[in-house]
Formats: sequence, structure tokens, C-alpha cells
Amino acid sequence: MDTLKQFLASDFFYSFRRTPVAVVSFCIAVILILSAVLAPVIAPYNPFDPATLNLMNGFSKPMEPNAFTGETFLLGTDDQGRDVFSTILYGMRVSLFVGFAAVLLALVLGVTLGLTAAMAGGRTDAIIMRIADIQLSFPAILIAMLIFGIAKGITPPDMRNQMAIWVLILSIGLSDWVQFARVVRGAAMVERQKEYVEAAQLIGRGPFTVAFKHILPNVVASVLVIATISLALAIIAEATLSFLGVGAPPTQPSLGTLIRIGQGFLFSGEWWILFFPATTLLLLALSVNLLGDWLRNTLNPNMD
Amino acid sequence: MKLMTLLTSSAAVLTLAGGVSAETLNWARAGDSLTMDPHAQNEGPTHALASQIYEPLIQRDMSGKQVAALATEWGPKADDPNVWAFTLREGVTFHDGAEFDSEDVVFSFNRAMSTNSNMKELLSSVVEVRAVGKYGFEIVTDGPNPIMAANLNDIYIMDKGWSEANNAVEVQDMEGGEDTFAAKNTNGTGPYTLVSRVPDNKTVLKANPGYWGIGQFPLEITEINYTPIKNPATRVAALLSGEVDFIQDVPVQDLGRVDADANLKVVKAPQNRVIFFGLNQGDADLTTDNVDGKNPFADLRVRQAMNMAINREAIQKVVMRDQSIPAGVAMPPFVNGWTEALDSIPAGNIDDAKALMADAGYGDGFSVTLHCPNDRYINDEAICQAAVGMFAQIGITVNLDAKPKAQHFPQIGNLTTDFYMLGWGVPTYDSEYIFNFLMHTKGEKRGSWNGTRYSNPDMDAKIVSLASETDLAKRDATIGEIWSQVQEDLLYLPIHHQVLNWGMANKVETPVSPDDRARFKYFTLN
Repeated sequence: MDTLKQFLASDFFYSFRRTPVAVVSFCIAVILILSAVLAPVIAPYNPFDPATLNLMNGFSKPMEPNAFTGETFLLGTDDQGRDVFSTILYGMRVSLFVGFAAVLLALVLGVTLGLTAAMAGGRTDAIIMRIADIQLSFPAILIAMLIFGIAKGITPPDMRNQMAIWVLILSIGLSDWVQFARVVRGAAMVERQKEYVEAAQLIGRGPFTVAFKHILPNVVASVLVIATISLALAIIAEATLSFLGVGAPPTQPSLGTLIRIGQGFLFSGEWWILFFPATTLLLLALSVNLLGDWLRNTLNPNMD
Repeated sequence: MKLMTLLTSSAAVLTLAGGVSAETLNWARAGDSLTMDPHAQNEGPTHALASQIYEPLIQRDMSGKQVAALATEWGPKADDPNVWAFTLREGVTFHDGAEFDSEDVVFSFNRAMSTNSNMKELLSSVVEVRAVGKYGFEIVTDGPNPIMAANLNDIYIMDKGWSEANNAVEVQDMEGGEDTFAAKNTNGTGPYTLVSRVPDNKTVLKANPGYWGIGQFPLEITEINYTPIKNPATRVAALLSGEVDFIQDVPVQDLGRVDADANLKVVKAPQNRVIFFGLNQGDADLTTDNVDGKNPFADLRVRQAMNMAINREAIQKVVMRDQSIPAGVAMPPFVNGWTEALDSIPAGNIDDAKALMADAGYGDGFSVTLHCPNDRYINDEAICQAAVGMFAQIGITVNLDAKPKAQHFPQIGNLTTDFYMLGWGVPTYDSEYIFNFLMHTKGEKRGSWNGTRYSNPDMDAKIVSLASETDLAKRDATIGEIWSQVQEDLLYLPIHHQVLNWGMANKVETPVSPDDRARFKYFTLN
């Protein structure tokens, strides 16, 4: 209770309360994330279970009874008779899961490599940062596609559909660690000069302890900011890969896959198959991004 | 400055292109030809492009009637029914100027019967081919073959000298991934010559100024730009914007929109093509299933259950938007041997199918991978996706692996798929063609597209006997027997017959041919 009171009285919460954009995007993000997490409870159908689908329900308009079966769907159905509302909820789960897991992977990798580079210096630093530079000179989506292609090539064909999600996480995570590594290294270099670090070293703490126990807590604010912005980018990257047809399989669609499917029916007037997943993706990415922006301004006014 | 020059020159190119558009036809369809080697792949779009450049002895016109091409007269010899005699057209030259004669025909037939050839089933009854003088040609068969002429429409004639000079005597080994000179270059006698080609991107054809048929055919189109556009929405957008003038596969969901456009029209006709699933029922075990040491497809009850589980009406109504005819047999209605009874949809519902699965010991189901093309047939991937749901209802978990036809088809030839989608058109309009390719045991001369591993020596013998049966009534009876065996053993799970929808600019005039082949020399422009 005290922590909550402390939190409510903090500058951080005050700033949050006084920024309407932050409050609104926080609410939207929380609603979307909650509805994705609770999809099995909220969604009227399970679109991942092909046995429950009735093809005859295909192309139902939103809120209008289907011509063959008479069933009505809130946001209509897609070409396979899947309820668009349920598919979005489940698709968002895939998108968010891939996003969070990819950012976590990038974070662990980037922070470890960044701290190592900062503490070790010399050749280790040079090698790690040159790799980062090389990777930074390519667009992240290209790197992700490259990693995706290789991973797909080495997984056995029968496993591909099951592995697709993990391969996605790996490819986005590996293309995203550079951000973390560079910022952590920069911040850690500054911290290293400070007296508390020298003091810790003087009493005989090893470089590992110094890095993770003493320096890391002082750079965690920057890491948090990048992680939030990276989450929005990772969700977009996943959607892009799936839209290109190399991401989540059609039987286990993410938001990007749904947009790809819907795109084929845009000309024929079945707008809802594309419109609702696209709007959801927009809301999700925008709210997380705005939240990240606000977090950056609040936690780290020096950072540009 | 450089940018300006570039801009002006590309503007000039654009104006030029616009200027000659009266005779240029921009043609698009979902997939590209697989190879320019005319004997390497017996596949619709591959022949469709080849037939503009190469010619057979006898060809079909837009209505499907057989007309003279490189042969002017043909028929079995009166004194020896085992020999078909052909009189070849005189004064024909290949695109490189070489003269056409009987040596080229003998060479091409031997090439089409060689090991790598994908056309050899059509000539499986041929014992020998020989030249009789410069413009005479004879085919000797292992018994009288009354329907020989129908088998020759896709046997294209190449120039012997050109093939020898360019190391193209051997047919390209497609399944082995070989690339040859003849796979990229052409030298035919046909109405169009190949100007340039980038596979899966763009192929340019130009009218052949030395074509023998000038004056006999309209030949109003002088240049053809062929672009494969896989994405249906992009393909329709290209037609709507006027970027292309003619597409052979209007996505069914966009028919209304294309038809409503004042500058475009849709011409429809039932197609000579049936779509079905093939099942590996011959192997002892499947590689892509989760059942150890057993092949669930080998059990007839499983195949029957799967056949019942396919809701053909739903596929017709929703996936195809009425642009298909549900099928009960792997044979288009145009073909000799087709009956309404054979083509009736299998009776039974999901509960019957589940009972059969339980009976066969698969009450808890199993999982298997389905291989599908995604750029070959109308809504191919969507049909497969729909089927995934239908099979799930009887407990079969189907993993869908959809990919471009260039990767899909070799899996059938290599026997590396257990469960696949295939479509079959019948250019000969006779059942024997289907039997030879799809039902006969896979072997040297026959069965190259039989991916089911089904082998029935008794049926094989009946299939072989068809080629030399002169009593047509008796032959039809044998065809009927083979079909009832095929239906009983459920070699294939039929889905539907395709309906063709050609979308074109108003200026283009052509009927739709049931084999989905655009014969541009018959096209007229107004």
C-alpha cells in the first residue's frame, strides 16, 4: 500500500496524469493487450481450430446474417468463414507475443553485449561495436528476412508451421539488439568514470558484478525507453513479415497475416476483412509508440 | 542533368510504347511457363506459351476442333492400320531461316519419347517413327491406334540442326533441376518468335514475318508482352488500369467489377480441367504423418471418409463464388468416358465419415502435410485452406504447405509428397490420356504424374490395351471398367471442374477455348 501511495505521489505519476496523450494511449494499449490475453474468454469462436469452422459462413458482412447459414458476426467473416472479431483477438495474441518475446531477446542480447563492450573495452569492444555498425547499415526488416530465410531453410519442412512463430521471434530479436547495445554501452562508459564504480572496483568487486550490480541499475531507464519503442517496431516488423507471406502461417494468423488475406478482397468490396485488422494494428502500434515517446521525455530529458 | 536525360528518355520510351499499342497485346496470368523446352513439362501454361512459338503436326483451333498445322494430311494407312501416315507442309521455315522437313519431325518425335521427356505418355504406343522422303512421315504403333491424332496436339516440332548445334538434343531434366540452352531459347515454326524472356518476370514475343499461315489466320496481334502476376488483386488492378489487355484468370471475387467496367469484358466457358487431391496410398508408411509404421491413406475407409468430408458445395458457393462445378470423378465432362453417374458427388455426411475413420482405427485422427500450389489453379490455396477445415472435422490435422507451382509440381514427380493438389486438363478429350498419366503404375513409359504410388497390374494391362483397340465400342467398355475400378479404389479425391473466366479489354475479340489456351493467331482486335 505504501509503495502504491509513493507511486501515486511520485513525479512520474504526476507527469503521466498531466499528459492526456499518455493516459489515452496507455488505456488503449492496456485494453488491447488485455483483450488479447483474455482472447479465449472474450472471443465467441476459436479461429485456430479448423474443425469449428463452417466454410458456408465465408464472407459474411459485419452485423448482417449470412446468406446461407443465417448466422450473424459482429465484424463479419473472412474467406474461410472465420469470425473476424475472434481472429483479430487471437491474431493480436500472436503479434504481441512475437513483439514481447523479440524485444526481450533483443534486450537481453543487447544489454549483455553493450555492457561487455563497455567494461572490456579494447578489442572486444571494437569487434562488438563493428558488428553492430555493420548490422545498423542494413534496414532491420532485411536482416529479419535474411535470418528468417536461413532459419526456414534449416528447419525440417514438417516442423515449419510449428516453428514459424519462434523463427519470427528470433529473426526480429536478432535484428533489433543493436539499439540496446549501443545505448547501454554509451551510458555504461559514462557511468564507468563515476566514483561509485571506482569505489566498487577498489573494494575488489569483479567486473561482472560491477557491470550488472552497479552500472546496470543506472542505465535501466534508457533501456526501458528503447524497449517500449522497440515493442512498437517489433509489432510492425512482424506484421510486415507476415504481410509479405514469410511470417505467421495462414492457419495461425497474426495481424499482418490477416491484413495480407484481406488485401486480396479489397477490390471485390469485402472491406471488413482488411479494415478491422489494419485498424487494430494501427491502434496497437500507435498507442505503444506514443507511450514510448512520453516515457522517453519523462525519464530521460537529455536524450534526443 | 543526368536525371533530366533519364527522365526524357524514359518519357520517349513510354510514348513509343503507347504509339504501337494498337497491335501489341499485354497478356497476364497467375503463373509463368516453367521452361521453353517444349518437351520438358506437360503443363498448361508451359504449352500455352510454347504453342505461340512451336507448332505440332496437328493442332486444335479455338473451339477444340483438330486442324492442319505442320501436317496437311494424316490418317492410318489403308493397308496397314499399325501405321499412321502424314503429309508434311512444304515451304515452312524455322525462325532462324532453316528449312522444315521430315528429318526435323523424326528428330522431334524421338526427342519427345526420350527418358527425360514429359510428353512420352502421349506416344507410349509408338514403336518407331520414320521419314518417307522429304515431306512424308510415318508413325508405327504396337497395334492399331485409332485416336493417335488426338495425342499429337502438344508434340512440338523442333529444328534438328539447331538442337544439335546448341547441345539441346537431350530434353532438359526438370526434376533434376537442369538448365539447358533450349530451356531459354527457341526456334520454332510458329506465328510468334521469342524476343526476350526473364522467367517469372516478362516474356516478349513478336510476329514471325515468315509465318506460313499469313493470310490464313487473322494474325492481328504483332507483339505480345507476357507478364505473370501471381497476386490476384494486382492482376485485376493491372487489367482495370489498362496496363494489361488480357488476363486468363480473373479472380472469382472480382468478376462483377471487371464486367462492370465500360472498357472491359469477361468471357466465360466451362473448362476442360478437373481439380483433385492425390493421396500416397501405395507406400508402407508416410513421411509427413504422425502415425508410425503405418500408412493411413492405404486404408480405403480413410480415403472414403476424406472424400465424404470435402464439402464441395461450400467450396463452390464460397471459395469459387459459383464459378465451378462440383466433381465426383477426376475427369472433365468433355472427355470420352465421362458419365453423369461417375461424376455424382459422393453420398455421406460428416458423421458417416467419422464412423469410417473410427472403423479404420483412426477415431482419434492423425496429422499429415498437404502440398498445394498457390499460383496455378483458380483459388488453389484458398481451396486447400478450406479443405484443412473440412478434414479437421473428421479428426485429420492437415498442415498446409502452399508454394509456387515451380516448386510444387516436382514434388509430385519426385514422389516427395504424400498428399497434394493437382489439376488435370485433357487435350486429347479421351480417358486414355488421364489413365496413362495419372492411373498407370509410375514407370518408364507411363504414369509420370501418378503420385499416388498406386499400382494395379490388372488395370495397367487394361490401360495399355486401349491404345491398340480398334473396336471403339469395346474400347469404351474397357474405359468404363477402368473408371469403376478407379472410383472403387478412390485413387484421387475430386473437388471440382473449373469454369474459365477470361477478362479482356473491349478491343480484344476471341472465344474462350475449353483448354484455357489463348491461341493468339486467332485473336482479332477492333
